[in-house]
Amino acid sequence: MNLVIISGPPSSGKTSVILKTIEAIKKRGINAGVVKFDCLYTDDDILYERAGIQVKKGLSGSLCPDHFFASNIEEVVRWGKKEGLELLITESAGLCNRCSPYIKNIKAVCVIDNLSGINTPRKIGPMLKTADIVVITKGDIVSQAEREVFASRVNSVNPQAVIMSVNGLTGQGAFELSTLIYDKNANIETVKGSELKFPMPSALCSYCLGETRIGEEYQMGNVRKMNIGEENDKH
Amino acid sequence: MTSIRELEMKKIKDLEAQYPFVLSFFENNKLSVEGFKDSTFIEYLNHFTQEEIEEWAINIPKIKSDLEAYVNQMLQFLGLEKETVDSITILAGRDKYGNRENFNELTINKSEIVSIVGPTGSGKSRLLADIEWAANGDTPTERVVLINGEKPDYSMRFSTSNKLVAQLSQNMNFIMDLTVREFLELHAKSRMVENQEEVVLKIVEAANELAGEKFDPDTPVTGLSGGQSRALMIADTAILSTSPIVLIDEIENAGIDRKRALNVLVNEEKIVLMATHDPSLALMADKRIVIKNGGIHKVIETGTKEKEVLKELEKMDKIINSMRTSLRNGDSIA
Repeated sequence: MNLVIISGPPSSGKTSVILKTIEAIKKRGINAGVVKFDCLYTDDDILYERAGIQVKKGLSGSLCPDHFFASNIEEVVRWGKKEGLELLITESAGLCNRCSPYIKNIKAVCVIDNLSGINTPRKIGPMLKTADIVVITKGDIVSQAEREVFASRVNSVNPQAVIMSVNGLTGQGAFELSTLIYDKNANIETVKGSELKFPMPSALCSYCLGETRIGEEYQMGNVRKMNIGEENDKH
Repeated sequence: MTSIRELEMKKIKDLEAQYPFVLSFFENNKLSVEGFKDSTFIEYLNHFTQEEIEEWAINIPKIKSDLEAYVNQMLQFLGLEKETVDSITILAGRDKYGNRENFNELTINKSEIVSIVGPTGSGKSRLLADIEWAANGDTPTERVVLINGEKPDYSMRFSTSNKLVAQLSQNMNFIMDLTVREFLELHAKSRMVENQEEVVLKIVEAANELAGEKFDPDTPVTGLSGGQSRALMIADTAILSTSPIVLIDEIENAGIDRKRALNVLVNEEKIVLMATHDPSLALMADKRIVIKNGGIHKVIETGTKEKEVLKELEKMDKIINSMRTSLRNGDSIA
């Protein structure tokens, strides 16, 4: 089974890109399924079902979705194997741009959109910087110049990635992406013992543990204070 | 080719002097090297504490291999003998029912305009994607696209700096909060153009020749009218984009001189493909491709009779445009 981890900021077009890509891949007779990770709500599973794609969804609820992903990916892979999938795609939204769900030696795709602004490549951490493929969407609604500037900024933060444009509406570029994410010689039996590409942030402050009151006396654990001085005016 | 072993032993000030483009690598990767100019790159990387590394998600091995990849890419890009694209040739494939397309081969030369017509969903996007990808019988249509009569180096499929196709469409907007000048400077910088100022002025001038209403370089791009935006996008794509092929998806006939706009592209030796159902635009093309059921159904040359019809259409466009100007000026139309 091929495993592909697709990640990207909310509303960047991940689901549309996956739907169009699987449409192209199914024509080659490849059996593909999707597991959608989200935080509070998603009905993207209905979109996948409607397209005849096997799908499971997982809502992380009160947990960080990337941590939730890492705790569940082994079972997800087992499900894919059991269903006899040839290609399993996981889809998850990066929420704080600090984590990434990527696993070493597993194809990692980051989806970001032109509309998010040209400074976005600087703001996204390992999710963008350690992806193997970066898919840029919504190119049909910004100018050619902005597309070029955006792509060159992505290139400067991840020069080793394949960077490509996919139009989630017309599907332009999706066929091309499908040729990059499926390799008939690749075979993932399990991800047990695999390692994340990059460690997730260490948190655990009182608010992680359910504290709701504001004020220094309620704050314990990993707490950091802003230095409200000149430092904060500079950047 | 340079290696990270060489690069990391260089002082930052020397890196910047030798490879000026590393400035944007440092900037975009939030590596603030200020105060470390006399340190070597490896010394700079080693100064981060474990806490900072965690805090800012700094991945040192990745930064090193990225810097190596980036410097080599840029050196290759700058040293590249720009191979000009003089023509593209499309060799027939199949439509969505598997029937062979109704032509054998179609060559489009630089400075030529070809329009594409056909109902929505007929396969215009696929044709465009085939060109962009330089299809080699490996896409659903099985078409083959040749560049200058030959199969190209397929590594260009993944290059961000040497894209074959630039696109201009109806729905495109500027989204940056910048003035026209800043916007063009930014684009010029990303293209690593040397004579930035000159290029910027050239684009503004060209855009103003196309736009119904003139604008100055200090106008915010988001404040331009529809016609002005289109004029600026076309002039910018013609002059600053490295892509030899320009795909246009309709140009609305308002606030812009479309004939001149196409001329700007043609004068910059672009190959122009234009999806349109506007008769005056379609007839400005030398040829038109008719798409049906996912395949090229016909290729029609714009004949003398059609060119005569075009003259009539241009007269009508002129009348409408002069009325538009009168309305804008508060005159009565009668």
